Amino acid sequence: MKELLKLYLLFVKMGSVCFGGGYAMLPILERELVTNRGWCTKEELIDYYAIGQCTPGVIAVNTSTFIGHKLKGIPGGIVATLGFVTPSIVIISLIATILQYITDLPVVTYAFGGIRICVCVLIISATVKLWKSAITNKTGIGIFLVVFLLSAIWDISPVVVVISAGLFGFIYRTVAEKMAGGKNK
Amino acid sequence: MIYLHLIYEFFKIGLFAIGGGLATLPFLQNLSYKYPEWYSIQDLMNMVAVSESTPGPMGVNMSTYVGFTTGGIFGGICSTLGLVAPSVIIIIIVASIFNKFKNSPVVDKVFSGIRPASMGLIAAAGFLVMKEALFNIPLFKESGAFMDLFKFKSILFGIVLYIAFVKFNKHPIFYIALAAAAGIIVKF
Repeated sequence: MKELLKLYLLFVKMGSVCFGGGYAMLPILERELVTNRGWCTKEELIDYYAIGQCTPGVIAVNTSTFIGHKLKGIPGGIVATLGFVTPSIVIISLIATILQYITDLPVVTYAFGGIRICVCVLIISATVKLWKSAITNKTGIGIFLVVFLLSAIWDISPVVVVISAGLFGFIYRTVAEKMAGGKNK
Repeated sequence: MIYLHLIYEFFKIGLFAIGGGLATLPFLQNLSYKYPEWYSIQDLMNMVAVSESTPGPMGVNMSTYVGFTTGGIFGGICSTLGLVAPSVIIIIIVASIFNKFKNSPVVDKVFSGIRPASMGLIAAAGFLVMKEALFNIPLFKESGAFMDLFKFKSILFGIVLYIAFVKFNKHPIFYIALAAAAGIIVKF
């Protein structure tokens, strides 16, 4: 019980200093878990992170669950995740409460008018950065374009898109391998 | 029952939003079309800015914010728990078959389709956000004058900001603060 509490508090601490999630969390995890505590090796951490990227959900949450599970089993996985999201819940609830009261002030309206432009810039640059790692061949470009056009024009459900794309990827690669295999014979 | 509803919707997002960071954005956008009374696209953009400027993963912050806006503090807790529940379940399963999963050709094939699709979803969300922030479509429809379509000041500021963002690798908060100050001065 005491160890679970320790685990929870450590993940609260990491969740509250980790801005932006994703790649930003890796150095923090490394310092706390590998360097300071020796709870796992750097290689393990990188493995967990890689799995966190290719399983559904928020990468930082997946990685936290993985580490917690490795250290203290299923309760550990749950406790680590709850710890990691606690600061988000507290901080966002506080800010959202304050913003509710000041959001109609002209100064705040104008400030958010500027901020929305910045949000566009952040999204565009994130897309450009991700492009290289996510899209590696012509099929990838094709999938990207189809999904982009479909979702930009219609309010097609992202859930449907993800399931279809996964199925397509599986069938396409399986067929491609079969055909390549056939040619070699 | 708004809380059960939030848990259900965010469980779905946690299950299908793949790729971290902004991967939840297209789902939240879709949610605002489905339930227009919950929050608007403008609200969502403010949430993105707040989530980028506060500690914690983007996806979790945005979910808490959306939950809070729809159902108060308890709503924020419900949506976040809904979001992380699939992660916890899936990771615990994956952890027990770790080595099989790591080298599985099936996983590799499925993700060869999902990764570019996830990018396409984020890019489309970005496009819709741009439409809102940089173009004035309602005014254009009303007046029919082509020049009314563009918010020139906003587009110019966006380009300057983008160049600055790519050139100086500073934390997003820096640019958000800068944009807030510019917004107060210029009144976009």
